[in-house]
Amino acid sequence: MQTAVLGGFVAAAMVPLLHRWFGSRTPLVMALLPASLAVWLISQWPVIASGDVLLLEQAWVPGLDITLTFMIDGLAWLFAMLITVIGALVLVYSREYLHGHRDLPRFLVVITAFMMSMLGLVLADNLVTLFVFWELTSITSYLLIGFNHTDSAARKAALQGLLVTVGGGLALLAGFVLLALAGDSWSLHELVQRGDVLRGHDLYTPLLICVLLGAFTKSAQFPFHFWLPNAMAAPTPVSAYLHSATMVKAGVYLLARLHPALGGTDGWVITLSLVGAVTMVTGAFLAMQHTNVKKLLAYSTVMGLGTLTMLLGIGTEKALVAFAVFLLAHSLYKGALFMVAGILDHETGTKDVTAMGGLRHLMPATAIVAGVAGLSLAGLPPLLGFVGKELMLTSVLEAPFWRLLILLLAFTAAFLTLAVAAIIVLRPFFGQRQDTPQPPHDPSRVMLAGPGLLAALSLLFGLVPGLLDPVVGAVVTGMGAPEAKVHLALWHGFNLPLALSFASLVLGLTIYRLWDRLRAGLTRLAPLIRCGPEAGYDALMAGLVILADGQTRFLQNGYIRNYLVMTLLVLVGLVGHALFFRHGLAPDVTLSVYFHEAVTAGLMIAGAVAACVMRSRLAAVAALGVMGFSIALTFVLFSAPDLAITQLLVETLTVILLVLVLFRLPRFATLSTPTERLRDLVVASLTGGLITLLMLAVLSGERLPRISDYMVANSQPLGHGHNIVNVILVDFRALDTLGEMFVLALAAIGVFAMLRFHAALGEGVDRDGRRNLAPTEDDHG
Amino acid sequence: MEPLMAITIGILFAAAIYMMLRRSIVKLVIGLILLSNAANLLIFATAGMVRGAPPLVPKGMTAPETAVADPLPQALVLTAIVIAFGVLSFAVVLVRRAWEIVGADDLDQMKDTDT
Amino acid sequence: MGRSGTLILNAAARLLLPLQLLFSVFLLLRGHDEPGGGFIAGLVASGAFALYLFSQGRHALGEMLKVSPRDLIGMGLLLGVISTLPGWWAGEPFFTAQWWTIPVIDFKASTPLIFDIGVYLVVVGSVLTAITALVDTDQAEHDPTDHDQTH
Repeated sequence: MQTAVLGGFVAAAMVPLLHRWFGSRTPLVMALLPASLAVWLISQWPVIASGDVLLLEQAWVPGLDITLTFMIDGLAWLFAMLITVIGALVLVYSREYLHGHRDLPRFLVVITAFMMSMLGLVLADNLVTLFVFWELTSITSYLLIGFNHTDSAARKAALQGLLVTVGGGLALLAGFVLLALAGDSWSLHELVQRGDVLRGHDLYTPLLICVLLGAFTKSAQFPFHFWLPNAMAAPTPVSAYLHSATMVKAGVYLLARLHPALGGTDGWVITLSLVGAVTMVTGAFLAMQHTNVKKLLAYSTVMGLGTLTMLLGIGTEKALVAFAVFLLAHSLYKGALFMVAGILDHETGTKDVTAMGGLRHLMPATAIVAGVAGLSLAGLPPLLGFVGKELMLTSVLEAPFWRLLILLLAFTAAFLTLAVAAIIVLRPFFGQRQDTPQPPHDPSRVMLAGPGLLAALSLLFGLVPGLLDPVVGAVVTGMGAPEAKVHLALWHGFNLPLALSFASLVLGLTIYRLWDRLRAGLTRLAPLIRCGPEAGYDALMAGLVILADGQTRFLQNGYIRNYLVMTLLVLVGLVGHALFFRHGLAPDVTLSVYFHEAVTAGLMIAGAVAACVMRSRLAAVAALGVMGFSIALTFVLFSAPDLAITQLLVETLTVILLVLVLFRLPRFATLSTPTERLRDLVVASLTGGLITLLMLAVLSGERLPRISDYMVANSQPLGHGHNIVNVILVDFRALDTLGEMFVLALAAIGVFAMLRFHAALGEGVDRDGRRNLAPTEDDHG
Repeated sequence: MEPLMAITIGILFAAAIYMMLRRSIVKLVIGLILLSNAANLLIFATAGMVRGAPPLVPKGMTAPETAVADPLPQALVLTAIVIAFGVLSFAVVLVRRAWEIVGADDLDQMKDTDT
Repeated sequence: MGRSGTLILNAAARLLLPLQLLFSVFLLLRGHDEPGGGFIAGLVASGAFALYLFSQGRHALGEMLKVSPRDLIGMGLLLGVISTLPGWWAGEPFFTAQWWTIPVIDFKASTPLIFDIGVYLVVVGSVLTAITALVDTDQAEHDPTDHDQTH
């Protein structure tokens, strides 16, 4: 499986090549990948059904406890099935939707990479691995939302989605680290068994906050819901796949996965059920103001994600069962409806539901698919959505906290959702026939296959919900409730949920009738709605720009010496403070020095000072030479023959370099005022003094054992060399040396590039100059 | 020797920084040379300075008989010297190009990205 | 910059170059056991070529070297990377040193030696790339016809 997922990334990279061979059929070829993975998953079903957990172990970075182990239990299996099956359908669908699109290969590359990231996310057993895949889905999602990169709205939406989800991702990383610390393991299947330890741990509250921030941003929970409707700038297959069926459910998946480890506390229950319920109502309510079919669906997705979060918050066995059913129902009808929305857009040329009408005569097949999926969204029998909604309402009735409030919110969301379903299905397909930008007709079978299959499954599972019993049972087992009795049925008799369903039907249809007037009222409320969390995001972004602008003006003002002075003063201040208060300034060293050594040191100082005060360049270079040779002499005196030779040779080459360059530069100029020089002298002396004190402190401190003792002892036995320095360079620490070779090579290539390309482009060189550069081309003789 | 070297290195650093704070680009280059030498010496001297015991294993032996100078900082400094030369050549060429294009040797006149 | 040297420098450079190069190879090969090694040997060789460049001119150096100094950098890096592989093939971690003894001359060949040769080439290539690029630019800017006069 690991091979399959990693191979999938390779396959994604090979799309451009495949596209050359298969042309517009490439999406179908790529669909084979998720399809075969789905077949494999189905073949593993017996293991999952028996309640076992399939652990596919694979090492990655054993030294850091990071594994690439995959864990497949009921929960992971259901998510993986949704990802692969809907993934295959979306790819098939995109063959038609993006037919002839210039950037089709790019789309396929990114969506395949996304698919594999998502699969890795739900299968990963290790927190680090999970996080890596989590971030990969954010990045691929960014690329997909911004697919139409020439559209500035798409770019803005992509950036917004990225910043919100990646910002949450940062919190999640912190949460994972805390989780691993508290649970003493990076492995999910171990962590879920240590729920009691985790819930009682001091770190529980901070880690819960961090993990929830990550999950809520990813799954578009209030107040982070705003990015999801904006993400509808993506092509419709992307919306259908990422922003309804899979990626936005990653946060919900994480919460479900961690439910046995972290769930059940008051903090968990209250936060999740309230945030979920508020998200439900927010999503359903905000949907009302839109006429764009994709926006309507996006807000209803926000509502669906809120429902899932709320059910996890309630956390009873019934709620977990409801979670599993609602998850599946939502993925099926929302995937279908998005693809229908894409068909409408593709065939009619508009996304505005008020511009459509009476399409059932022209697009009968599409109308049936839309009707079935819409009924499921509305939560009406005999569809799976109904089963899910009944279970949801039943669970809400046993919510441990603020039952009435949550019930009220859930009921409001239910009838608003019904109205949304009516708007999406009734408005375009029924009523007065309206002229659309393009004459509509049913799309090809290829395009209808995906939504058709998903709608059919909604109907099948609605009619015979018993089929899902084992799957839901396995999912609930994965969420830590193995003894839950799962018996799904369409009909539960006359009870309170049914009455609520009926009431929501009446209210929902009433709202649908009044929708046009309601919308006019909402338009007047628009300024108020705009003050929501998105305004906060915009203000944050604007503030960031102002801050960056201000600090650039203040700190990065272009004067190199200001940078230096600031950096150095901070260094002197911080290090000096630590040195003075932690260590004290009483060096405990003894001085043993011979006369010739003192002379060498004196020459060094004299050379350095002379290089600073000399007025002629030649004298300064000579002074530097004196210093360099004194340093070489020091290396000779203190047992470093290799260093001495290197220093001498480099001194020689430096002179050549300076002759070639320095003397083409202007003479020394005295540009600064005496005050400035005094200031610089103070800064320089402070830094130099700090270095001296630091070194004295190091020398008087206790000596730790040298790490090179190993190298000294093993240079001959292991490295077969008598020159230990050289053995370190080419054997013990050869990787460092290799890196240094690359640095040297880069510096040389940089010099070459600067001289050659600037000479070719610069103003000082005419055509002759260019011709005269030819000899280097003939270096080969 | 180390305390004396500590003072010497401090002065070298001060000289380097003083030169790097000058406005003339040529002086900046000299500051760079001083800085890399000072840094190399710092690494070398902080590890302890040993007289007359180079880190070599005598012929026919598997390990030195007596304590030798620490070879690790020597290896580090050896590459650092060569790389400092590479970086210096990059810096001087950059400075030279900058001078040829901007036509000024005053760093204060080079503070805008588009000149 | 053409021939800038005097007659003595000119002759000396011609005579010295082979000796210096020989010495650099000697330093390279003995580097594992005595002071020397790729960095030092590379610097010696660079110095030798630089001397030749200043006495004989840019063109002569190009003719003598046959390859561009940039290719030396590439070869050096390649050798450095290649030397990491035998250890890997031998089933040990990447970069583990491997030693072989060549029977007749009793010479110890090893991946560290290959690596050191890589270092040598990178040092020579880098220094020469920088210096020749500078000399070429000077020729182009200050004496456009000079290189035609070199042989």
